[in-house]
Amino acid sequence: MPEITRDEVAHLADLARIDLSDAELDHLAPQLQVILESVASIQGLAGDDVPATSHPLPLTNVFREDVVTPCLTPEQALSGAPSVEEQRFAVPRILGDEQ
Amino acid sequence: MSELILKTAAQLADALAAGETTSVELTQAHLDRIAAVDGDVHAFLHIDAEGALSQAAASDARRANGDALHALDGVPIAVKDVLTTTGLPTTCGSKILEGWVPPYDATVVKKIKNAGLPILGKTNMDEFAMGSSTEHSAYGPTKNPWKLDRIPGGSGGGSAAAVAAFEAPLALGTDTGGSIRQPGAVTGTVGVKPTYGSVSRYGLVALANSLDQVGPVTRTVLDSALLHELIGGHDPLDSTSTTTPVTGLVDAARAGGTGDLKGVKVGVIKELAGEGWAPDVMAKFNESVDILTKLGADVVEVSTPSFQHAMAAYYLILPAECSSNLAKFDAMRYGLRVTPDGDPSAEDVMKASRDAGFGDEVKRRIILGTYALSSGYYDAYYGQAQKIRTLIIEDFKKAFEQVDVLVSPTSPSTAFPLGAKLDDPLAMYMQDLATIPANLAGTPGISVPAGVSDVDGLPVGVQLLAPVLEDARLYRVGAALEGAIGPVLSIDKLEVAR
Repeated sequence: MPEITRDEVAHLADLARIDLSDAELDHLAPQLQVILESVASIQGLAGDDVPATSHPLPLTNVFREDVVTPCLTPEQALSGAPSVEEQRFAVPRILGDEQ
Repeated sequence: MSELILKTAAQLADALAAGETTSVELTQAHLDRIAAVDGDVHAFLHIDAEGALSQAAASDARRANGDALHALDGVPIAVKDVLTTTGLPTTCGSKILEGWVPPYDATVVKKIKNAGLPILGKTNMDEFAMGSSTEHSAYGPTKNPWKLDRIPGGSGGGSAAAVAAFEAPLALGTDTGGSIRQPGAVTGTVGVKPTYGSVSRYGLVALANSLDQVGPVTRTVLDSALLHELIGGHDPLDSTSTTTPVTGLVDAARAGGTGDLKGVKVGVIKELAGEGWAPDVMAKFNESVDILTKLGADVVEVSTPSFQHAMAAYYLILPAECSSNLAKFDAMRYGLRVTPDGDPSAEDVMKASRDAGFGDEVKRRIILGTYALSSGYYDAYYGQAQKIRTLIIEDFKKAFEQVDVLVSPTSPSTAFPLGAKLDDPLAMYMQDLATIPANLAGTPGISVPAGVSDVDGLPVGVQLLAPVLEDARLYRVGAALEGAIGPVLSIDKLEVAR
């Protein structure tokens, strides 16, 4: 039976960029374990002869002519931004001290 | 209360065409109904009375000049809050998008605006469309207008409840695993999930790209056909949009209305019955199957063995896609930004914002998806789920070699009490047992009211499924069934009556 421990949930939350509290970890980890046990039933059901389907339509890439079409103005694009500076998205620092 | 709100969209369109009413009058009638009952139902997250009335006045002016844009020009509509609307907030039921006003319209929203339908407001939903009860909305649940202590289904419980409560004649929903059809079933309304790719997803805030589809939520099959034809068709802004025209649905609904199903082959899905299916739901379902036989259909049992694994495959594929899709809510360009104390990095801000902005169900699914896509687990989980998807598509193909449409109950039970399954995610997921296979395969489906339960007096839905791009079959058989069953929903049966 697959196991998803509290520590593993904490690690996954870190990868998914969610700062879960201790209380949330206590609450979510056992629920995820139950869900995982349920979905784990499909392990090994289909063999190598069954192809995988990622999408219901048999799609290939879609291209358009390389011509300029109307798009959002800078004001529209920035209209929902939490912080704006000089017509740009203002964001917190992305590098650490040692970088 | 104005009697106008009791009319179907098709009847309202006729009344407008005949000059018996105006769009302003009927839009105001629906706004009055919203003002009277939505405090109890909470179907709407945002109501745009001013905008709707101004669009209605413009519609009346056009019609006076003989310039109506569409049969439904002037008939008001409600829009699920997962579809972007210029000038109107779009929250997806989440705190992370609280107050966000999109700078562009979803293609389906543009289409209803271009056809002249006044938009009454945006409807409540489970956060990012994850749920079967609207209890995962960050803004509080919608109540079922039949009985206010019951769930209205989900994720599109707001759209279904608005239509069931006669607050709107039409609504738009989205269906990723049953979010149009299951709310339809438990509110006694009609809901359609079109063929994947036949209605544009541009401006639909994606839950799972390979599963999501926009569709109509109405009180009659004909109304769904009218709305479906309006919103369907190719869109260059959606790279998964099919080029096949979406036509013939209204004609099919009218043909079905004659009640003749001679020559139509119907398959009852063997796997969607038995343990886990409420006896009162099965009783109504079996009555519907008998009616199909009486209408001349040739009914046989069909086996689709892989459907028993559909839920497991779905709850790996969906979290995998949504964990990737929801990565865009990073607090950098739009949406909630929470800045922790000190000198936080962008990553610290993302983590704090996503913890504060997402609810429990969204966190569960993002973490599950992150797990399923992790190296070491990928083949065992996500890879297997994709193979099960192939097997389900093959089951559909084999079934449709034998029959024209498949039939099952839409939902395993009638509307359950609010709170009953909130702390048991797996029990909530079971609500979508019958609806999920169509999303995995891209096939179209409809839920039509089958009657009310002999146990609790609440509505039961019957689901019809057709092959890809054969949506018209749903309308023909659905309209025939609807006509033979007779009206299930009426305002006097609701807890929010006249």
